[in-house]
Amino acid sequence: MARRTQSILKQLLNRHPPPLSTTSRSVTYMPRPGDGAPRTVTLIPGDGIGPLVTGAVEQVMEAMHAPIYFEKFDVHGDMKTIPTEVLDSIRRNKVCLKGGLNTPMGGGVSSLNVQLRKELDLYASLVNCFNLPGLVTRHENVDIVVIRENTEGEYAGLEHEVVPGVVESLKVITKFCSERIAKYAFEYAYLNNRKTVTAVHKANIMKLADGLFLESCREIASKYPSIKYNEIIVDNCCMQLVSKPEQFDVMVTPNLYGNLVANTAAGIAGGTGVMPGGNVGADHAVFEQGASAGNVGKQKFVERKTANPVALLMSSAMMLRHLQFPSFADRLENSVKRVILEGKYRTKDLGGNSTTQEVVDAVIGKLG
Amino acid sequence: MTQSTAPILKRLLSGTQPHHLRSWFRPITHMPRPGSDTTRPVSPITNNGTPTPVTLIPGDGIGPLVTGAVEQVFNAIQAPVIFEKFEVHGDMNKIPDEVMDSIRKNKVCLKGGLVTPVGGGVNSLNVLLRKELDLFVSVVNCFSLPGLVTRHEKVDIVVIRENTEGEYSGLEHEVVPGVVESLKVITKFCSERIAKYAFEFAHLNDRKTVTAVHKANIMKLADGLFLESCREIAKKYPEITYNEIIVDNCCMQLVSKPEQFDVMVTPNLYGNLVANTAAGIAGGTGVMPGGNVGTEYAIFEQGASAGNVGKPSMVEKKRANPVALLLSSAMMLRHLQLPDYADRLETAVKRVIYEGKYRTKDLGGSSTTQEVTDAVISALT
Repeated sequence: MARRTQSILKQLLNRHPPPLSTTSRSVTYMPRPGDGAPRTVTLIPGDGIGPLVTGAVEQVMEAMHAPIYFEKFDVHGDMKTIPTEVLDSIRRNKVCLKGGLNTPMGGGVSSLNVQLRKELDLYASLVNCFNLPGLVTRHENVDIVVIRENTEGEYAGLEHEVVPGVVESLKVITKFCSERIAKYAFEYAYLNNRKTVTAVHKANIMKLADGLFLESCREIASKYPSIKYNEIIVDNCCMQLVSKPEQFDVMVTPNLYGNLVANTAAGIAGGTGVMPGGNVGADHAVFEQGASAGNVGKQKFVERKTANPVALLMSSAMMLRHLQFPSFADRLENSVKRVILEGKYRTKDLGGNSTTQEVVDAVIGKLG
Repeated sequence: MTQSTAPILKRLLSGTQPHHLRSWFRPITHMPRPGSDTTRPVSPITNNGTPTPVTLIPGDGIGPLVTGAVEQVFNAIQAPVIFEKFEVHGDMNKIPDEVMDSIRKNKVCLKGGLVTPVGGGVNSLNVLLRKELDLFVSVVNCFSLPGLVTRHEKVDIVVIRENTEGEYSGLEHEVVPGVVESLKVITKFCSERIAKYAFEFAHLNDRKTVTAVHKANIMKLADGLFLESCREIAKKYPEITYNEIIVDNCCMQLVSKPEQFDVMVTPNLYGNLVANTAAGIAGGTGVMPGGNVGTEYAIFEQGASAGNVGKPSMVEKKRANPVALLLSSAMMLRHLQLPDYADRLETAVKRVIYEGKYRTKDLGGSSTTQEVTDAVISALT
């Protein structure tokens, strides 16, 4: 008799897969009076797949009746500078959602993405790379947040040709910038209940530059004794990322290493099509795809309309939290995660063959 | 009757040796000296079996452990190589003169690892060595070893990295307290010769594609110069496909679709990270061979040693992986024009990995360095 009941018990236990822990949430957010007033957000669709994915966000926001007004502006990567009206709008609204701006290679035009970050002093770039339930990747248990210094370092753009055939490029590291990015990283870890902060550097070769960065990190670390702090050389870090990514939690890096580490981490956890991220400064915040590694201009994505909207949808959920609409953010994120878990509507980079619109419709359909 | 003969026929057809090793389809990698495309320079290395002297620098940490393994294996195959051992440690101010003279005389060196102290005023001895001898190319060959299960399959990437200039030139200064400037210098001369070497390498080793890794959308002048040089040289090799990839996209492609890469040519910093990432996906830094080569000298060492040299836990438990240095010494034997010994050594190492009984901790096993070395020696035919 015991044998029969065992199989029945097993069946009962296996029938209901463990629900997504976030779906059964019933936290009550008590708003201040007037919090429901619609907020204006600057929207920059951008080039290439940008308009496609920002269109997706607009549709979903409408379906949720989120209290957001989008002020759309047309900016393209081959403009010389960001138009003043766009900058004024961002300064007024304090929050912006961006598709992607294509940076022409070579030539004299500096990257508009970089310009935007410098103008608004968005010194921290945050990319959250994590395994989505239901999306099978080669690495499991990945949950890494890469916090990258956004204004100085190798990407300062200070280059000159000394003599024909010899180019010097300056990498500037300052105590001021290193301190504030370290402060942001530890603050982030503290506020988000993260246990470890890892500083990525190459101070054995670039002793002064990365040495300064490390010193700043160590100073700030001493003020947060509850958070573990360790350091790792960047080449070892790359190797550990691809072999044992579960050891990393929050990583704070200078500009160049952060770019590469963020893209590697995004790649192992599912690709740049699903990782949310944003750039934040003391006064403004611009949300965009976490790690967009050059796919913005890819023609065939634009033509076949198979760009992955998940990354920008998750980033807009982060934006909703930034605007203090956490309940809308939760709804959006849950429905996106449910769509990914079901696996029926996935764009090409996740192994499926849906178009952007189909994924958006699926997300709207799952909004609870 | 057929029932009893079927298993016998099966056994006959399958053969006794593992299929992978019998017809190992990955072509042998020759790391040529630059300029060897036209006529091979007459090397001072004799071919008739008289022992060749090679400088050996065990180094720090796990260095002596793994170079000891190489010495034992070379004894066992009776390779005509004599090692001139020298003690060098990472905290010395510079490389001793006698070591430099020895390398200049022998032209070939095998190195364990030298620990570079973090911060402080001591320059990295590894970097110093490369600058003194003008070893402008670093070659790391990352490939999947049969029998070693990794998350990525069909990896066979060669990373050719510029070794002398770029971000690692060590030119830094503190402008005012709290502001440090670090110079990254890119010259046409160095970019050209590294591009030339990369295409030469691809040509001589039957490789189909060369990919240049850069960040020229942000660092327009510096990496732009690098790209121009690569494009010029690419025109002279029309049968080799040339393409370019931005470094952050490259990192992402490496972890999702590594089979698309063949030979990659990169400046100094990107090369370091790309080589270590590629080594990580193909099995770890414990198994990837590599070396540094210049017009006159060559130093062979572990392909991508990502900071494990000084790890005391590995030294104490004697668990360092000797495979990388053994495969590098096989590359060295080919460089010395002793391909037969090189083949025997490589085949033995690959057989040991394939069987999977003796593997060090980084490959998921629990053997010590000595056990792996003994296994390799006994697998030698």
